Amino acid sequence: MGNTIKFVQGNEACVEAALYAGLDFFAGYPITPSTEIAELLAYRLPQIGGKFIQMEDEIASLCAIIGASLTGRKVMTATSGPGFSLMQEALGYAVMTEIPCVIANVQRGGPSTGIPTHVSQGDINQARWGTHGDHAIIALTASNHQDVFAMTVEAFNLAETYRTPVILLFDEVVGHMREKLVLPAAGEIPLVDRLRTSVKEGVDYHPYLPREDGRLPMSDFGGVHRYNVTGLVHDMWGFPSTDPQTVHGLLRHLVDKLENRANEIARYREYHLEDAEIVMISYGSSARSALHVVENRRQRGERMGLLELQTLWPFPSEMVRQKCAHAKSVVVVEMNMGQIMQSVKLAVAHPERVFLANRIDSNFITPSDIMNILRIIQGKGV
Amino acid sequence: MERCRLVFSGSGGQGVITAAILLAEAAVLCEGLNAVQSQSYGAEARGGATRSDVIIADGRIHYPKVLQPNVLVCLTQEAYNRFASIVRPGGLLITDTRYVKVQRKVDAQQRELPMYRTVVEQVGKPIVFNICMLGVVITLADLVRPESIMKVLEGRVPKDFLEMNQRALQLGVEMGNAAKA
Repeated sequence: MGNTIKFVQGNEACVEAALYAGLDFFAGYPITPSTEIAELLAYRLPQIGGKFIQMEDEIASLCAIIGASLTGRKVMTATSGPGFSLMQEALGYAVMTEIPCVIANVQRGGPSTGIPTHVSQGDINQARWGTHGDHAIIALTASNHQDVFAMTVEAFNLAETYRTPVILLFDEVVGHMREKLVLPAAGEIPLVDRLRTSVKEGVDYHPYLPREDGRLPMSDFGGVHRYNVTGLVHDMWGFPSTDPQTVHGLLRHLVDKLENRANEIARYREYHLEDAEIVMISYGSSARSALHVVENRRQRGERMGLLELQTLWPFPSEMVRQKCAHAKSVVVVEMNMGQIMQSVKLAVAHPERVFLANRIDSNFITPSDIMNILRIIQGKGV
Repeated sequence: MERCRLVFSGSGGQGVITAAILLAEAAVLCEGLNAVQSQSYGAEARGGATRSDVIIADGRIHYPKVLQPNVLVCLTQEAYNRFASIVRPGGLLITDTRYVKVQRKVDAQQRELPMYRTVVEQVGKPIVFNICMLGVVITLADLVRPESIMKVLEGRVPKDFLEMNQRALQLGVEMGNAAKA
């Protein structure tokens, strides 16, 4: 028996993947262009004994899934820019308390309520720095439905592995378009289960005392151990602390557990990079237009390649530097004013060779938009 | 097969988006092809000129939208006025005689067909107008088999309505064959 093939929207691919990964609790507030995720889960989760709650707003949505995760559930919420803004406070809380959760942000035009029905990739830096204080975060994205599936499963796995919120930064084009999805069979993609403490009932459990490998085994809240969880800087017991050594240790731990593993967390695809003089870097739906250009120009013998980023945060600087080492120019294709271009410039040896090919008028960037900008970069004019 | 890019246009409620989804789904699930379908959202998709894009190909499809369709279907005058000029030279422009008065010549085969009238006269229900149109499109452009469309419809349409859809599809196929000659 072969795998099941479906013809679905990207949002639907995300739902299939979340269920595959073991999602059993979703709380959310529907918003275009992410609504189909909530709509489908409202239908599917009760069928498998899971819980779906439509909350009063996005603040409550993220708080609800954080609480549910702490009790041992695999959790997710879905939103778009305006809702993601409301979630920033609770996002910081999940970072600080190290509670695994997945947040899908299907990006639309911003700022504020912006353009609900049109595409944008304007929330990239918000995902990185939207919540206050020094911290690290994981954000993943995808350009096609098979990768939407893979990255969604990956998001749940990374959330459990590193005890962190993981953000899925999809966009309107990928969320709404329909294409083929081959559903992996059970067991085909490995799943990471929660690391639970082996400390028995009645024995002291330190919720924030990392093991030697840096991981923190969890105990289902409301179960056999009583412990404290707070957004304040805390000690190994989970109680507030202002001890400088504790403060320093916690902040270093929160940042290092992800930034020091940026290479391990880096997911990407590469096309024709081996001899590329022009390296395009793109992600999400705009990578489809970039790849269209690359495949076209390759047929004409032009040395052009594409590096498609799937992990946006922590930014895979080392990998990007290596892939761009021999490029005469690096062209970042995105639908914002250069949010990932900034990180690329910091990563490469020759930032003066980095250019931006973008579109910010709420229309999906076309291959000819990219070609026009490439010609200007090459000094050929439009 | 050669890559085929289609644009279905009309007004909200005519079922152009449904027709586009059915075609793309049939290509993927029943014919082993690749297909991508997208549509315009928001205020412009309610009433006014609704549009849905489909690309069908053997190989991978990267850029998912259609700029110059090989096949353009216009089911309202407004859709025709807005989109007629984007049809690919040598392509195919299909309009419905009841809704569209063709006003200019484009560099494409033009087929003005009485799809709406035929469906109302012979099936009695305008709701399957879009399925008749789909029958015309798959026949004239030689895209997928009618059985593939029916198979996809079986998964989406209540049993009691299948026969009505079957008849509309058949009418479209016949109309398409007649228009081929």
